[in-house]
Amino acid sequence: MSFINYASREINCKVVFYGPGLCGKTTNLQFIYAKTNPDLKGKMISLATETERTLFFDFLPLALGQIRGFKTRFHLYTVPGQVFYDASRKLILKGVDGVVFVADSQIERMEANLESLDNLRVNLGEQGYDLAKVPYIVQYNKRDLPNAAPLDEMRRLLNPGGAPDFEACATVGKGVFETLKAVAKGVLTDLKRMAR
Amino acid sequence: MPFVDTQLVLFDEDYRKVLGVCERLARDAHAKGVFVVDKNGLLMAEAGDVRGLDTTSLASLTAGSIAATGGLAKIIGEEEFPIHFHQGARDNLHMTVVAKRIILVVIFDDRSSLGLVRLRVKKAGSELARLFEEIQKKSERNRNSATSPFAEITDDDIDKLFAD
Repeated sequence: MSFINYASREINCKVVFYGPGLCGKTTNLQFIYAKTNPDLKGKMISLATETERTLFFDFLPLALGQIRGFKTRFHLYTVPGQVFYDASRKLILKGVDGVVFVADSQIERMEANLESLDNLRVNLGEQGYDLAKVPYIVQYNKRDLPNAAPLDEMRRLLNPGGAPDFEACATVGKGVFETLKAVAKGVLTDLKRMAR
Repeated sequence: MPFVDTQLVLFDEDYRKVLGVCERLARDAHAKGVFVVDKNGLLMAEAGDVRGLDTTSLASLTAGSIAATGGLAKIIGEEEFPIHFHQGARDNLHMTVVAKRIILVVIFDDRSSLGLVRLRVKKAGSELARLFEEIQKKSERNRNSATSPFAEITDDDIDKLFAD
């Protein structure tokens, strides 16, 4: 649910990075945080366990510039990927404007990817959203690993609807900003469509 | 029941009213700061001496905290825990869910008291509930009208944002 504030001339949107445990959601946000001009970002918050697994969420506020005199601000969230944190994932999806599904390219994580994608569909559905209608991007992360599954296979399994998708290696930043730009553009285009 | 939040639009006039309630509450409760936060973690208004505070993070974490305890409430059969109080060594935090949609946050120290804050929050909360009901109705009425800034935005505008 975007929020338009005429007093401060701001548009605020919420984007959630979803995906199985250890797929690289937090790494995406960390890279964005590290490479963004300090004037354009707020503090990054990570509610994580002592072993740096996301416990509740990571949060990064980001300013993208102005459109027609309105500052566009994106609030980026990650969910905890581990299966048993489902209650937390549902809470974080509330009011979402756009979703990035970060898939782990390692062939042995394909089942975890599918399970997480299914979980995303169910959790969005519980809140009245349809994945096919929400601005949605798929990122195939960890493409640099030797055990990465073939891209065609991943597309067939994880992106049958043909959403915009990107190959990535979030640890070095490959594909990270491409993904962010695509989801931000998708959200803004969707808001424009709704306004008509 | 599935529920998709509608887009919230806050016009100048409504913002001033919300801000007025916050400023009055900050004054009457002798609070250091008062914040109105959307349940999705967006800061809508602030009053008092909030210099040096990371208000964006405060808003996000407030919403996260309310969401998490709301989940706990449901587990034990409650709909929500509408009032939260966190006591610190110096500063205290009082959070109230208003109209199921927004969170009223008050930061106060020993110049005030929990009793006074509760009393003032109750009145301000009712005013905000009424205001946000109007704002919500207005947002829904305007949802498909040309008053949205997005109605004027072109594909070029969006592309320009990502030009570099």
